Amino acid sequence: MLKTRLIPVLYIKNGLIVRSEGFEYHQNIGNIINQASRYNEWDVDELIYIDISHQKEYDLRRDDHKIKSYSSIEEIIKQISKICFMPLTFGGGIRTIEDIDLRIQNGADKISINTEALLNIDIVKKASLKYGNQCVVISVDYRIIDNEPVVFSHYGQKNTGINLLTWIRRCEEAGAGEIFINAIDRDGMANGYDTETIKKVAKETSLPIIACGGAGDPYDFVDLASEVKISGIAAGNIFHFTERSYPRAKQLLKKSNINVR
Amino acid sequence: MIGIINYGMGNLASVRNALEHLSIPCKIVTDATELREADKLILPGVGAFGMAMDNLNRSGLSDEIRELVLVKKKPILGICLGMQLLLDQSVEHGVHNGLSIVNGEVLFFGEVVKDQPIPHMGWNDVEVKNNAVLFNGIESPSSYYFVHSYYCALKRHEDVAAVTDYGINFHSSIESGHIFGCQFHPEKSQQKGLCIFKNFNSL
Repeated sequence: MLKTRLIPVLYIKNGLIVRSEGFEYHQNIGNIINQASRYNEWDVDELIYIDISHQKEYDLRRDDHKIKSYSSIEEIIKQISKICFMPLTFGGGIRTIEDIDLRIQNGADKISINTEALLNIDIVKKASLKYGNQCVVISVDYRIIDNEPVVFSHYGQKNTGINLLTWIRRCEEAGAGEIFINAIDRDGMANGYDTETIKKVAKETSLPIIACGGAGDPYDFVDLASEVKISGIAAGNIFHFTERSYPRAKQLLKKSNINVR
Repeated sequence: MIGIINYGMGNLASVRNALEHLSIPCKIVTDATELREADKLILPGVGAFGMAMDNLNRSGLSDEIRELVLVKKKPILGICLGMQLLLDQSVEHGVHNGLSIVNGEVLFFGEVVKDQPIPHMGWNDVEVKNNAVLFNGIESPSSYYFVHSYYCALKRHEDVAAVTDYGINFHSSIESGHIFGCQFHPEKSQQKGLCIFKNFNSL
């Protein structure tokens, strides 16, 4: 039967990989291609890249910077797909079908849509008709307000007032193939996953769910996977700073009888 | 040189990237002349069966592929939809004839699998049968990456190179002499997937 996937999420800002905390603080941690080849060596199940550059201006690196950055998302995707032989999802800043075409043509297997789906659900329908549901991931950022999970748009800045579960149902009807949920309150906090909300989401939809936000150590993965039947466990920061953190987490999950590869 | 057949369906670049990474000479081939020049063929593919066969028939590539594989005995590897196209027919959106290179038909998971999401998407175990050479040197079972809603049901037991469990045990790989197929995506299945290409190349 299908394995539970453990998925590193990488944030791209102005052509570099950054670390994120509370969706506000971003620390540069390196060259995109070097990071990709490191993850490839770790034999990861899948990679998700989210481009969080607010202006779609790619940094034309100053000479005094030591890390090479890239000038366009096409170039980034093309370079990554030359060295990564696993499913690749690209999201961030997708507004039109043309944005999706560009990513798929250059090597993305899936694309993720966030804010634009909230502004215009038609893009989800169009994308799933053109590329199949399996290609369309809906990415949702939420915060807990008065005990309810509420969807935020525009890189987690804007409260939409829409309940997370209502929104996921709507996306499923529109043709989404997978749901990526990210708890803003837990971003970079390392205090464990929001298991309670993830459970509610899993009950609400039959779509595969990938949960992100809050992983502090590999035991958080085990806790989540043992409590909720989930397709993918995602994390960002934890994989950046700990040596061999990914293969070690896999070993721990296996030892804990979670069905991983 | 391995020819990757371009018939307007799917992501050829990821297959080419994988072969280039392994330093296996390859070329994306589009017409009969180019197909004939290749030592081996890969038939990739993502999308609907009917449209794929229409494209192959319209361009005359289906007759060419059948001739090269069945008469000239050129090795072929079908991937995902490309594996399904090797069979006699599919029930995807109506009944469509395939290339009839291997006996069998393509059926819908939804008819038999009731308690699992469709498409079957993600990493799943592949259990090798009949000492299939495509999986030489790879432990069995190992997991590979799948994305599909229809599955191959082969007629002859000896053509089955591997099976996978998704509510039912379906045929996830073909090996019939010089004819091969993988329902999963070797180009998206990390080191073990790359190993499949190496094995196909060194036949």
